[in-house]
Amino acid sequence: MTGDTITLGEIAHARSGDKGNHANVGVIAYTHAGYEFIRQQLSSERVERYFAPLAPTRVERFELPRLGALNFLLHNALAGGASQSLRIDTQGKLLGTSVLELELPRPANLTAMLRARKG
Amino acid sequence: MNRSSSGCFKFDLSEDHTFVACRIGNGAGFLGDNLDAPRLLAESGRLDYLTLEYLSELTLSILARVREKDPAAGYAGDFIGVLGSLCPALVAQSRLKLVTNAGGMNPASCAAAAGGVLVKAGLGDEVIGVVTGDDLAGQLPRLQAAGCRLENLETGEPLDAAKYQVVSANAYLGARPIADALAGGARFVITGRVADASLSVGPAMHEFQWAWDDWNRLAAASVAGHVIECGAQATGGLYRHWETLDLAHVGYPIAELAPDGSVTISKPPRTGGCVNRDTVIEQLLYEIGDPAHYLTPDVDVDFTTLEVEGAGVDRVSISHATGRPAPEQYKVSLAYRAGFTASGQLLVCGRDCTSKAQACGQMILDRVRQAGFELDDALVECLGAGQSAPGFLPRCDVREVLLRVSARDRRREAVERFTKEFAPLITSGPPGLAGYATGRGSVRPLFAYWPTLVPKTWVPPRVEVRTARDWAGAAPAKISV
Repeated sequence: MTGDTITLGEIAHARSGDKGNHANVGVIAYTHAGYEFIRQQLSSERVERYFAPLAPTRVERFELPRLGALNFLLHNALAGGASQSLRIDTQGKLLGTSVLELELPRPANLTAMLRARKG
Repeated sequence: MNRSSSGCFKFDLSEDHTFVACRIGNGAGFLGDNLDAPRLLAESGRLDYLTLEYLSELTLSILARVREKDPAAGYAGDFIGVLGSLCPALVAQSRLKLVTNAGGMNPASCAAAAGGVLVKAGLGDEVIGVVTGDDLAGQLPRLQAAGCRLENLETGEPLDAAKYQVVSANAYLGARPIADALAGGARFVITGRVADASLSVGPAMHEFQWAWDDWNRLAAASVAGHVIECGAQATGGLYRHWETLDLAHVGYPIAELAPDGSVTISKPPRTGGCVNRDTVIEQLLYEIGDPAHYLTPDVDVDFTTLEVEGAGVDRVSISHATGRPAPEQYKVSLAYRAGFTASGQLLVCGRDCTSKAQACGQMILDRVRQAGFELDDALVECLGAGQSAPGFLPRCDVREVLLRVSARDRRREAVERFTKEFAPLITSGPPGLAGYATGRGSVRPLFAYWPTLVPKTWVPPRVEVRTARDWAGAAPAKISV
């Protein structure tokens, strides 16, 4: 990572799971500014490129502005899914952790996107 | 409305509309979940309802095979022990009710075993309602003869039942038969396949007597059920900021439903984990597709209208749920046999560990080939080398990886032979290998899924309500609902 980029995990958290042979990856921005940023930067094409090693046939993106979240549906990304996949991660459980390593250009207002310090 | 039953919703129009919320806690998110969680939740959750969710798609196929071997089995066996551990709480809290899909492929047998446990605990007069009708495996010819093509939702191909060895076919039933069982006096409701969220919607509908076309409230109850259905995943499990949460003592989730359809998620006091806006939103997004159409048998829920706000320590409110009319069809999960699988692991060490592990994996597969088996599919993974998903490449030189090799084939004997090719590497492979002590991997049957739909009118749910003593003795007497 260079000074010009950040990882998604700096401004968002995530959770992933399976839907048959599809995986879903929910990405939740910590702040409103962060949501606007990922809404612009984290296109379905960008996510499809990132997860290319898993060979999804299509990536769909859904917006949940009130929750500051994007949901990505990775079609046929699980090599057969929970019942048939030979992979260690049969259910796409790792993908939420994985997506947070995705690199994005460093936004000018990064501090407005960081997680508020909680007690 | 004024019910004399022990239900949690009691209000009297003469008494200033005192509404009491309904507290539903979920103590199990899958078959294999923590065995003490249901008891701990029941003891400290001040619950009206305890739900226990045991069935994934895969679990149901496995239970179908268990029932093939033993006609009295095929339900979530864990539940029977769990129920025993719950008995003191059930005796102490006379209004606590329990709703579970532990019935799996054999709800009646589950009720018989549960009845035995309740009789022993002095709860033999309590009523168990059993919901069936979801199991369609024996009815496929009838459905097809009647014109139901059972088309694969993804490919559009109609089911050719002769071509596939169908192991199980279950409709995801909704909340209505659960509510009916409760209305019939059941304190315990045992179901087979129902939509996970419906385990919570059934109690809510029974307590609040909402109309079955009150889509927004059905949506609210479904959202509540969705958030708690995976147990601790709503209360700190899988949470990005898990480090300070004492997950070893994690509390399981409680959804508090108010008569207006608002929902508050919490957990018992003095437990580990946490409930905050982030954990709840993470779980809202778990295993969903289009958030504007989260389809259940009860309602088509729109998650995009939801407002999620902190409401105190370990309390989060969810409001503005909206719903549209329920689908006309039940989703059906149909599983058929798809051969066999096995996997094995070896630790591979040294400065060339990744390439060495890769070579060992190829040696194993090569030897299976020499034995005369061309495997349908195989996979070599070097765990630790960043191969499991993007973003995990190590930043430094790795000196040990776990080699994992998996295979799949129609022929059991091919997969069995595969499991026997790990040990020979002890003497005939490269140096720096360990981990043979675990022995040969076991060969498991594989199932493939055929997602399809069936019109609701063709799948009538059945509800049977009898005392625990009756179920235990399998007496024929029935109280019809």
